[in-house]
Amino acid sequence: MERDNHQEGEAQGVKICDPPCESNPPADTLATSLSLLGNHMFPDPVERNNSTTVNKQELSNPILSDVTEEEKSVDAEPQSNQVTKLEAEEAEISECQNNASSQTLDEGTEDAATDNDRSDSGEFVVAMLAKAKLEEQGIGVKGRSSPLLEAGIQESPAFMSHRDEDVTAESWRQHRKHVFVLSEAGKPIYSRYGSEEALSSTMGVMMALVSFVQSGDNIIRSVYSAEHTVVFLQKGPLVLVCVSNSRQTEQQLRGELLYVYYQIISMLTQASISRIFEHKKNYDLRRLLAGSEKILDGLLNLVDSDPSFLLAAVHCLPLASSLRDSLSQILLKAITPNLVFSILIANNQLLTIVQEKTVIEDARLEPADVHLLLNLIGASSAFQAGEIWTPICLPLFNPDCYFYAYISYLDPPECTVCLLLLSTDKEAFYAVAECKRKIEEAMTAQNSLSLIAKVQSYSVSQVGVSDLRHFMYKPFDVPDNYRQLTQFTSPEMEAPYSSEEEKMRLLDLYRYMHSRIHSTSRPLKLIYHVAERETLLAWVTSKFELYTCFSPLVTKACAITAITKLLRWIKKEEDRLFIRYPQKYSTTPNPSKSSRGGKSDQQDSTENGFLSLL
Amino acid sequence: MGEKLPRVPGGARLHSDGLSRPVQTLRVKMVLLGSSGVGKSSLALRFDKDEFRSTTPTVGCAYLTRVVHLSDVTLRFEIWDTAGQEKYHSITPLYYRGAHAALVVYDVSQRETFVRAQVWLKELEKQYIPGSTVIWLVGNKVDRAQDRQVSVQEGQSLANDRGLLFTETSALLGDQVCELLLAVAHRVHECIGAQQGGLSEWQETAHVDLHRRDTFNPFVSCCKVGP
Repeated sequence: MERDNHQEGEAQGVKICDPPCESNPPADTLATSLSLLGNHMFPDPVERNNSTTVNKQELSNPILSDVTEEEKSVDAEPQSNQVTKLEAEEAEISECQNNASSQTLDEGTEDAATDNDRSDSGEFVVAMLAKAKLEEQGIGVKGRSSPLLEAGIQESPAFMSHRDEDVTAESWRQHRKHVFVLSEAGKPIYSRYGSEEALSSTMGVMMALVSFVQSGDNIIRSVYSAEHTVVFLQKGPLVLVCVSNSRQTEQQLRGELLYVYYQIISMLTQASISRIFEHKKNYDLRRLLAGSEKILDGLLNLVDSDPSFLLAAVHCLPLASSLRDSLSQILLKAITPNLVFSILIANNQLLTIVQEKTVIEDARLEPADVHLLLNLIGASSAFQAGEIWTPICLPLFNPDCYFYAYISYLDPPECTVCLLLLSTDKEAFYAVAECKRKIEEAMTAQNSLSLIAKVQSYSVSQVGVSDLRHFMYKPFDVPDNYRQLTQFTSPEMEAPYSSEEEKMRLLDLYRYMHSRIHSTSRPLKLIYHVAERETLLAWVTSKFELYTCFSPLVTKACAITAITKLLRWIKKEEDRLFIRYPQKYSTTPNPSKSSRGGKSDQQDSTENGFLSLL
Repeated sequence: MGEKLPRVPGGARLHSDGLSRPVQTLRVKMVLLGSSGVGKSSLALRFDKDEFRSTTPTVGCAYLTRVVHLSDVTLRFEIWDTAGQEKYHSITPLYYRGAHAALVVYDVSQRETFVRAQVWLKELEKQYIPGSTVIWLVGNKVDRAQDRQVSVQEGQSLANDRGLLFTETSALLGDQVCELLLAVAHRVHECIGAQQGGLSEWQETAHVDLHRRDTFNPFVSCCKVGP
């Protein structure tokens, strides 16, 4: 398997790429920095050099050179015996032979092949991190005590337990995926497990690695060890680090770190974060993020359990198109100046979305922004208390300014149907609340809530293909339907994927398929993968991306027929499964303000920025 | 004070109430201020539904309404439950501007929240003409008697020094919470309701209350709370 070839090449490696602003440094810079790294970090540098691979990426064209670099490494490796590659007309099928099919992803033979090469050198960072942790034993796991950080006083017990975890315990090390956020000065900002304070020296080590590599005009990207992948992401003054023992690829993990970064931006804006750190390099950003840890925790749980993030598409609830249209019409009629988006959500899935006309001409609402909004709603039970009015930044729409979000549940006390109205005017609360009243009235008149309550996600059995267990289908933009929000559809996960472990296992298989399809070195269009307990087929064309999961005994011919049937079914159900034609409205009575959503607020956000807090 | 308040289900959706009554319904804007985690949302939930739930940190600001009937008038409280988190401080003035009542809440078992409450009071005093706003100091979480760090006397003397009203409550047990709201209602009605144009009448389709907004200078800077 291709990924495994990579692993052989890179598994032990520190992957470094040059910063984009620099010209190519002389080759010896890298070598020097690496050997220096070795001298400082490794107990035995000579031995390490044999097993440590550095991937340098040329700056002029990082993606291209990445491909060449990786291809070289693939070419250099003897073809793996477990993999047979077949060329198909428009697709490349790589099929695992029977012996490979008896192995799960987690226990590939490549492990055995590379095990001999593996010295503990590859784990040097992990070892360093662990060492730093031992030194912290004295610090303990006391919660934060600074008087400025008053959050966490009244948090739920489950929340407390994560924060209070003993960072020296083995169980802490066993977590599937750690995420750390720190400032460039090495100040801890967030840790998924354990308190940031107890981890400050661990984060210090991380920052040391980052700045050491940086001093050689390079950027550290990742470190591979036998069990862990450490991925680094630098965004402005923030450094995000993921330590994962899931088998996700570096690209996927970096994508997840980017979501964490965006969620932080959504609360503070990129402009204020830059300003804060320009003025005070060692500012403790936890002051501003206090109380928001739960939002980041929630995001990371969603990233692990919800394929929307992997696919970068939103999941909308299947709804009879007549009902969806009537809901859109209700939203269209309840507008006010400076309102830019109206969104109806049920059970964390989109019901419908309508948007201001001129705004959508300038920029489209990105799925990632919708994910952040959905996470915000899901992570805060406080929303169930009443009406919420809060500033929120949509980082992909405009990372430097705030929208004002009005959030209210329409069906208390059940709280499943949620209305989200986004305005650019921070004073608009009463006007927007009035829109909600109109929407509520219209929905009562049309009995919409009880109709929505009956709506459920669908079962894969409705497709009528016996061997098909689950699928994810993501259509791409159709030219005549421009700037549509990218969506995907997927049935409920049913037996045998009903337990949390099995769901996760299936998602891990999908993540693996996704990484093969989107491999930078050798992207595939079609992949048929025989796993231990199921068979998967992923297919990407110019029109859609499809991941399917079949029972293990399906034949290739059967699977292909099944997919044809499935595609026919999706085509038939399209109107129900997707938001087909997003409705638009115009709130132009105040064109100076509404002409460019968000822009008008830029001035305000500067005035209202966080500088005054410093 | 012992008067039993009528329970109003789903406080935010009371639109049909009040109009049918012969008594006047006046709008009262009340804002809850204080550090994160002192129990502002829990107090608000008590005001609204008289129940207690462990809450998560508030995002931005939560808006609730609650109708209080006094003998000769009905007050419709529009309660702005602000987030205590520092990142929201820059927008908090949005919510407390034009408020008729402000509850500055601290946690009696956390001294720093008491210190913070004084900062909030200073901030409020900068913006308000005395007499236009009823400011109430509230020491919450008296159920944590064993961890008490701020005595009743301290709270009372701070209130006396600044000419504020003072109550200690427990949102967890519901102690003094309804009494507090009723007392605020009486006080607001006495002090502000009597003034010319002090309280506006609430109507079914009430729009933004521009009237009060104009009486204050627009904010130049948002927040000077941080050190």
